Amino acid sequence: MQYAYLLILITLLSAIGYYLGRQRSSRLVKQEIRRLHSLPGHYGMYVALWCSVPAVIILGLWITLQSSAIESLVISALPPEIQSLPQEQLSLVLNDIINIAGGIIVSDAPDEFLLAAAGHYNQLKGTGFLALAALLMTVCAGGLAMGMRYIRPDMRARIKVERTMQALMLLCSAVAIVTTIGIVLSVLFESIRFFNQIPVTDFLFGLKWSPQIAIRPDQVGASGSFGIVPLLAGTLMISLIAMLVAVPTGLMSAVYMSEYASDKIRTVVKPLLEILAGIPTVVYGFFAALTVAPFIREMGGRFGIDVSSESALAAGLVMGIMIIPFISSLSDDVINAVPQELRDASLSIGATRSETVVRVVLPAALPGIVGSILLGVSRAVGETMIVVMAAGLTAKLTANPFEAVTTFTVQIVTLLIGDQEFDSPKTLAAFALGLVLFVITLCLNVIALYVVRRYREEYE
Amino acid sequence: MNKQDHEARLNLIKSRLKIRYAKEKAFRAAGVTAILTALSMLAILFITIVGSGYSAFQQTFVRLDIHFDQEVIDPERSGDPEVFSQADFAGLVKKSLRKKFPDVRKRRQKRDLYSLVSSGASFQLRDMVMNNPGIIGSTKTVWMPADDDIDMYVKGHIKAGEKGGGRIKDYKLAWIKELSAGGAIEKRFNRTLFTSGDSREPELAGIWGAAVGSFYTMFVTLVLSFPLGVATAIYLEEFAPKNIWTDILEVNINNLAAVPSIVFGLLGLAVFLNFFGLPRSAPIVGGLVLTFMTLPTIIIASRASLLAVPPSIREGALGVGASKMQAVMHHVLPLALPGMLTGTIIGMARALGETAPLLMIGMVAFIVDIPAGIFDKATVLPVQIYLWADSPERAFMERTSAAIMILLAFLLIMNAAAVILRKRFERRW
Repeated sequence: MQYAYLLILITLLSAIGYYLGRQRSSRLVKQEIRRLHSLPGHYGMYVALWCSVPAVIILGLWITLQSSAIESLVISALPPEIQSLPQEQLSLVLNDIINIAGGIIVSDAPDEFLLAAAGHYNQLKGTGFLALAALLMTVCAGGLAMGMRYIRPDMRARIKVERTMQALMLLCSAVAIVTTIGIVLSVLFESIRFFNQIPVTDFLFGLKWSPQIAIRPDQVGASGSFGIVPLLAGTLMISLIAMLVAVPTGLMSAVYMSEYASDKIRTVVKPLLEILAGIPTVVYGFFAALTVAPFIREMGGRFGIDVSSESALAAGLVMGIMIIPFISSLSDDVINAVPQELRDASLSIGATRSETVVRVVLPAALPGIVGSILLGVSRAVGETMIVVMAAGLTAKLTANPFEAVTTFTVQIVTLLIGDQEFDSPKTLAAFALGLVLFVITLCLNVIALYVVRRYREEYE
Repeated sequence: MNKQDHEARLNLIKSRLKIRYAKEKAFRAAGVTAILTALSMLAILFITIVGSGYSAFQQTFVRLDIHFDQEVIDPERSGDPEVFSQADFAGLVKKSLRKKFPDVRKRRQKRDLYSLVSSGASFQLRDMVMNNPGIIGSTKTVWMPADDDIDMYVKGHIKAGEKGGGRIKDYKLAWIKELSAGGAIEKRFNRTLFTSGDSREPELAGIWGAAVGSFYTMFVTLVLSFPLGVATAIYLEEFAPKNIWTDILEVNINNLAAVPSIVFGLLGLAVFLNFFGLPRSAPIVGGLVLTFMTLPTIIIASRASLLAVPPSIREGALGVGASKMQAVMHHVLPLALPGMLTGTIIGMARALGETAPLLMIGMVAFIVDIPAGIFDKATVLPVQIYLWADSPERAFMERTSAAIMILLAFLLIMNAAAVILRKRFERRW
């Protein structure tokens, strides 16, 4: 929270810089603005940028580097016998110190050296903050002075300011790239660590998934096998059920909305369908677990079918409901993009409306519809909360939709919730699953976007 | 072509026409059915949620006469609040219950008797004494929350005397009857639901902590994602040169929009928690993760609204001597801003309902305290819903539905705001 004050300070100083720069530029030409190269505001901005940009860069660097710097300082001040502890224990000790420093009492009577170290930690943090504040003030003031000195009537302030702004915008747009790189690197890095312990072939082609690792070597039934085939099968089954619900419903809704419905109906129904898309997935998950799963179980019981209370069917059905609006709104777009001439031509030679739709409009819109279905599948594969709340945990290789199956996302969540240890294959497996999930959805998305884009160009 | 041939063909067409019209009707009916299916699902969803959740806005209270015994609260008459806060207030409640039902002798039954009232009652009494030490020594009539089982029974969610599942024994039922006959059991508005944090006891659990956590998380998300998204959109739409890098950037943003949200959670776990060492369960990390998730939405919406501003505006500005940046900042951006805001609100609404990535960064922890800042441990509304949905108590099911209703109300308000904004500032050129 303290850093927010520093940011406010920098903003204030920059505002002062803006004001001073404006003043100085117009005073230099004795209020005859037309003798300036740029508007006074540009000179103000110029000074403000000099004042703020270096300071913000320093602040960012400081924040990222500070904690590790302080930690290494605290560790180097610890008694030597503690310092010689193995890495994991040392980080535990460090954690204790930080907790004590933060006012959280870890145990009843913390050791003397812990208390001292915590004091040291707090002291370092305090001095660090003061030093940072002083440094920032100096940098801001220095930048302000530099900017003011550069102001001349013929200085091309506007061009410099605009170039800087453009560079900042470029930097902002780089965040999207950095995110992708971050996702790929973080998932890939941990996955490689996982594959160092478990061979890739076992992971990709293994038929058994039970990530429990034996604590004792002689433990029974906890061998820890990491074959993703059952997970893949479960994910595909639930996605298939979802698509069996979503594709016909979504597509027929889109066709009806764009070909038959009056404007009145459209203005009412379309927002209602969009509500379906806006409902959080955790709500769908609750709905699946509370209403749909017991209902299916009861119906199954009536027909003499043994339905698991966490059946793939319940999760799939609800997921299908969630995906309906995606399919319908995307298909609606592509159906509307089909030129009216095609319909008119078909109707004029005597085809009924449904014949026009089935034989002319849908074939013309087919690539776009396929694209929307692929996007829907990608959503189904990556959907988490519905399956976490309504699907099962045990990986079973089955084709029976009434049984409980599990998915990639369920396993990622169960492997990572509450587990802080970061070196066991169990935790790393979650990242390997994340990698598989990312690759699958990426392929689906790339194909879908390619198909949709190519189609759009055809009629424009 | 002779006449007979013509007749035959006409008949053939006529008979085929019937089938074709029937098919047309069936097709149309299929369309209507599809829409009705989708809408009825929506209706069922809302009806079940509201139906199981509306009763959570009320809570059963029990009236008891509590004697604030000097000997129990402050035997040495020190008047020190420290002493008050250590006192055995649960004992006062028990004493009052024993007085009300003097026939109860057996140990088992006594324990059941004490469980009529929520364990939070003692905190309520303590607060009363802390606020007003003058009541020590007097006897007051106090309404205190009933235990969740009693609450569920009074609301009719669980029936008594069921075999196996019957958690309420017959004699307990008799006490409840006696109390309500005397007007000592009442359903009142459930203020706890809106004012307190999470709790293991359903009757003491509220959503305020999660709501505050959601607020901080959304604040971080908004502050980061709006400027970043708008700047990116302006750069791509107005300044970026048409080259391979821009193409890559565009494809990348479109792909990012379709990456499963849980993958963003993995990113947050690996990068922010393990690499940068930011605190677990903190709104700052949640906000960062949700920023990455909402950025594509905001960028895509902002670009669309920039594209909708006609080129003549830019050309007019350039024609009277504005620089490119001035044309964009002074003329294009103000016109595109409502559309950008609409996109941002929709993105924020999605972020508000997002659960999965926040599970990854530890926002599922059980947190009782109301968070006080973006670095405090916190949870958010959808995660609270997930946690409550996982709890076995029947009373939590009711509260889950109530929390969902509150979350949906927020989302509805945000989406309505987006729609109004779009209607109000929509411009056709």
